[in-house]
Amino acid sequence: MTDASATRKASVPWQNARIVRIVRQTSRIKSFFFAPPHPFQHLAGQHVDLRLTAPDGYSAVRSYSIASAPGSSGEIELAVERLDDGEVSPFLHEVAEVGDEIELRGPLGGHFIWTAADGGPLLLIGGGSGLVPLMAMIRYRRSIGSDVPTLLLLSSRTWEDVLYRDELLELDSSGDGFSLMLTLTRGVSARSGDYSRRIDAAMIEEALARLPVAPRHVFICGSNPFVNTAADASLAAGLAAPIIRTERYGT
Amino acid sequence: MATRGFTGRGRSGSEAERIPPGQHLVEDFPVLSAGPTPRIYPEKWSFTLKIGPKPVKMWSWAEFNALPQTKATRDIHCVTAWSKLNTSWEGVLIDDLLAEAGVEAPTPYLLAHSYDGYSTNVPLADLTGGRAMIALRYEGKPLEPDHGGPARLLVPHLYFWKSAKWINGLQFTERDEPGFWELRGYHIYGDPWREQRYTND
Ligand SMILES: Cc1cc2nc3c(=O)[nH]c(=O)nc-3n(C[C@H](O)[C@H](O)[C@H](O)COP(=O)(O)OP(=O)(O)OC[C@H]3O[C@@H](n4cnc5c(N)ncnc54)[C@H](O)[C@@H]3O)c2cc1C
Repeated sequence: MTDASATRKASVPWQNARIVRIVRQTSRIKSFFFAPPHPFQHLAGQHVDLRLTAPDGYSAVRSYSIASAPGSSGEIELAVERLDDGEVSPFLHEVAEVGDEIELRGPLGGHFIWTAADGGPLLLIGGGSGLVPLMAMIRYRRSIGSDVPTLLLLSSRTWEDVLYRDELLELDSSGDGFSLMLTLTRGVSARSGDYSRRIDAAMIEEALARLPVAPRHVFICGSNPFVNTAADASLAAGLAAPIIRTERYGT
Repeated sequence: MATRGFTGRGRSGSEAERIPPGQHLVEDFPVLSAGPTPRIYPEKWSFTLKIGPKPVKMWSWAEFNALPQTKATRDIHCVTAWSKLNTSWEGVLIDDLLAEAGVEAPTPYLLAHSYDGYSTNVPLADLTGGRAMIALRYEGKPLEPDHGGPARLLVPHLYFWKSAKWINGLQFTERDEPGFWELRGYHIYGDPWREQRYTND
């Protein structure tokens, strides 16, 4: 049909990216580090698509957020949660090995992104592996030495399920304006001041109280029910809909 | 390139030809949107048809529901790679809407506008000829807020982001103007059979 005359850039190409490292993060999440032959610059919050192809030509495409900060090493880190009855995530967890080539294209997505120019404060709300694009923002903020006040409210099942736990705890204690608030839906935090329940408006209010001034941007990512709950709680806590951006990982 | 060790889940048999490349079937109905789900009460709802900046017709919820209602069962395809077969919808065909407003084809392009500020562009040819509707009901029930209720655009032959949720108007435009997602890296047209997912695919 028609083409946008204004945006005649080339399509984002597929490339065969080698898995250079696999790191188990939690019992259900593994990180996959890819080295694309044609490295690309992404923005914090963007994703890639992976395409797996069977010998008979059947293919499956899934999106995964980039966990690494922009401009790191040309390597791309993805953190994938295993869904037991899924098609792609169990393949990555059980079959994929270091040295394998997987078709990948990116960077993709132009909405759920944060750049230094966007400023802050930032309220980041993640559920489980929904932390991934937020982690890219947190790492990017750190890498450029930004002091934008940033609060991460992270919901996980248990203390052991907290993705990037040690890295987050260390950042939290670094005193650079980042703070971590944990809520565990099936466990108790090893720290005082954390929570053991699902996210609600009261919790968002306490998160807001920990920021020096009201957030300029709110990013919420996780499963659809999680995002709905967190977005509704944010509205109930008085945040305005236009500053809230969401990314939903499907069901 | 075949992926080492990947066989894929069971193929969808006789349904396979209904599933565009790279897509997989789902039974549930995943949700994709850019922000919080707005709650729009039918009493406050209205729908405006514009030609350029000029409003030519506006309907209240009651007036809109009094327009001819059409049922359609269609397969839908989301850019995040899920497809769902045989979804059943009911609402007002764009053909009927335009006829009611006495508008034919002032320009070849439209933008759909939504309550959350979202917009998406669709050529007129893709909205008429029974190919698209403003859906008010899904599977026999009023459309839920999560899925775009009270009313959403339904253009099932294009990727589903084109089926704007929480719609409150259609606007004829001189040019094919990219909408919200189209300005953010998604394809200007979005044909799932040609895998037009991202800009210039
Ligand atoms: C922009 C974006 C970014 C994302 N980023 C991440 C990320 O960083 N990390 C991450 O882990 N995920 C991420 N996701 C989710 C990811 O894309 C996949 O949806 C996820 O990995 C599940 O894929 P799968 O093939 O394993 O499961 P699927 O096969 O897609 O199944 C998903 C679920 O649906 C059910 N299901 C549906 N159909 C069937 C069927 N026929 N048989 C059995 N079960 C079925 C299963 O219960 C399963 O649990 C992201 C999604 C989006 C849209």
